[in-house]
Amino acid sequence: MEKNGKTIVLGVIGSDCHAVGNKILDYAFTQAGFNVINIGVLSPQEDFINAAVETNADAIIVSSLYGHGEIDCRGMKEKCLEAGLEDILLYVGGNLVVGKQDFADVKKRFIAMGFDRVYPPGTDPQVGIKDLKHDLGIE
Amino acid sequence: MEAILLIDFGSTYTKLTAVDMENEEIIATAKALTTVDKDIMIGFNNAYSEIEEILKDKQVNFIEKLACSSAAGGLRMIAIGLVPELTAEAAKRAALGAGARILGVYSYELSRREMGEINSKKPDIILLAGGTDGGNKDCIIHNAKLIAENIKGVPIVVAGNKNAVDDIEDIFKSENIYYKVTDNVMPKLNMLNVEPAREVIREIFMEKIVEAKGMKNAENFINGILMPTPAAVLKAARVFADGTDKEEGIGDLIVIDIGGATTDVHSIGDGEPTKPGVTIRGLQEPYAKRTVEGDLGMRVSAISLWESAGTRRIRKFIPDTKFDIENRCRILQSNVDMLPQNEEEEEFDEALGMAATEIAMERHVGVLESVYTPMGVIYSQVGKDLLNVRHIIGTGGILVHSRHPKKILKAGFYNNETSEYLKPINPEVLIDKSYIMSAMGLLAEKYPDTAIRIMKKYIVKV
Repeated sequence: MEKNGKTIVLGVIGSDCHAVGNKILDYAFTQAGFNVINIGVLSPQEDFINAAVETNADAIIVSSLYGHGEIDCRGMKEKCLEAGLEDILLYVGGNLVVGKQDFADVKKRFIAMGFDRVYPPGTDPQVGIKDLKHDLGIE
Repeated sequence: MEAILLIDFGSTYTKLTAVDMENEEIIATAKALTTVDKDIMIGFNNAYSEIEEILKDKQVNFIEKLACSSAAGGLRMIAIGLVPELTAEAAKRAALGAGARILGVYSYELSRREMGEINSKKPDIILLAGGTDGGNKDCIIHNAKLIAENIKGVPIVVAGNKNAVDDIEDIFKSENIYYKVTDNVMPKLNMLNVEPAREVIREIFMEKIVEAKGMKNAENFINGILMPTPAAVLKAARVFADGTDKEEGIGDLIVIDIGGATTDVHSIGDGEPTKPGVTIRGLQEPYAKRTVEGDLGMRVSAISLWESAGTRRIRKFIPDTKFDIENRCRILQSNVDMLPQNEEEEEFDEALGMAATEIAMERHVGVLESVYTPMGVIYSQVGKDLLNVRHIIGTGGILVHSRHPKKILKAGFYNNETSEYLKPINPEVLIDKSYIMSAMGLLAEKYPDTAIRIMKKYIVKV
C-alpha cells in the first residue's frame, strides 16, 4: 500500500458505540493510502475538530449508526469554520436518521448542514474512497 | 562509615538527610531556613553544622552530596501547544512531570500581547509544542518566530511536530536563542510522549537554571543539584512502585503532598479501566502523573482553598467547630508560620487538609461518565482509573506532623456519593514520617535498590 500523503479524521459521532463499521472504514481508508486518524466511538464534534487541527487533516469522515446523526451533526460545519478549517471536507454516512425516510431528503438536509458528501446505509467503503480521492484531486 | 548526604533546597527550608549506605539507615536529618537571597550556602551550613553535631561521635565520611531544589520560586515554566485539550495539555503534563511550576499554558497562534504577558511572568524555561508529527506546522512556526522576536534570554525546549523542526531551528539560530530540540510530546493524536521532554528540561535545569538562580556556588561543595524537588518526589514514587531488577516495588501508588501553598498529587500506574465495557476517551495519561493545585494550600493558599471548596464542604469535615470558617482561613493566610496551639486549631487544620485532599484527588483521577444510548447505558472514562491502587502515601507538613494523617487521607478515597471519580477504594495508608521522599528520589538516581529498601523501612503504615 502506497501512502497518498492525505490525512483524514475518522470517528463515530455522539453517544454511539458501534465499533465494527469504524474498524472496517479505518482498514479500507488505510489500505487506500490515507493517513487515518481514528478517534473511535462516542466522539463529540469537538474531538473531530481538535484532531483535524492538530494533524492538519484534509477531511473529516463522520459515521453514525444509531439514528441520531442529524442531531449529533448539527452545527459541525460552523464549528469547523470557527476553528479555521474552512477548506476541510466533511463526509457523513450510516443510519443517519430513524424511521423509513427517503434518502434523497435526508441527503438534502445534511448538504444544507454543510456536509460535502452524504452516504446511505450499506454503502461500500470504496465508494467513499473514490469520491474522496476525486474531491482531493489525487485521482 | 561511608555515608551520602542528600540536600533539598526548599522554598522555605533547606533540608539535609544523611544516609548510612552500609546499614541502609538514616543517621541524621536537619533543617534550616533557605537563604537564596544572599548566599544559599549560609542556610546549608546552618543545617550542616547540626548534622555534624549529631554525628560528632561517629566517623562519618560523606562520599557523595546530592541535591534537589525548589528554592527561588522553583522551576518556573510556560507550556505552549496548539489545541488546549491536546498538545497544550501534553506540554503542560510534560512540564509538571519535570517538576515545574506552571505559570501559564498557551494555545493556538500567539499574539504580541501574549508575548508581553509571558515576558512579565519571567519564566525559566518555555516548552514549545504544537501539531502531531506530520500534522500542523504553521502554528508552532508562527509561535517560534514570535518568541524569537519578543522573548530574550529564556531557554526554549522544542517538543512539537518534527516536520517543523528545521524551520524552527533556522529561526532560533538567526536570533541566537538558546534552545534544545526533543521528541514531540504528542507524536500521534492522543498519544502522550512526555519522557524525552522531561529529560531535556532537567538537562537545562542543571546547566542553566541552577546558575541563574544564584545557586552555582553550592556546586563547589556538593556534587550537583540534579533536579527540581517535585521531580525527585516523582522519581522516588516511581522507583518505590515499580521496583528494580533486584528489589521488588510495592505496586501502583498515589503520593499526596499538602503544603502551605499547593497540594501535589503523584500517581504511578497505567490507569486502565478496571471495569468491563468502559471506553477510554481523550489524551493518553502519563504513567507517572503529577498534578499541582495552586489554589489548595494550608497557609499561603488558605483563602483560595476556602473559595474553591466553599464553607459547606469544609464544614462537612468539622461540623462542630467554633471558628468562622472564612475568617479562620483569612487569619491562617496572613500568618503563614502559624502552628496549631490547641486541639480545636489542630482539628481545623485537619479539616482544611481533608478538603484539599478531596478536591486535589477529584482533579487528579479519571472521571467515569455514563452515556445513555439506544442500546442502554454505556460508560466512557477520561483520565486514570485508580480504583484498585493499593497504597496511598502522605507527605508534607500537615500529613507528617498531624496525629491523624489517615483521617486526612481518607478524604481522598473512593466515595459512593461521588462515584464518578475513580479514586482508590480501600488503599493502605503510608506516611513519610521522616520526610525522606525527595531525598530518596535523589538517592534512587544512583542507588535505586538502596532507596527502595530505605523507603520500605521508613515510609510506614498508620
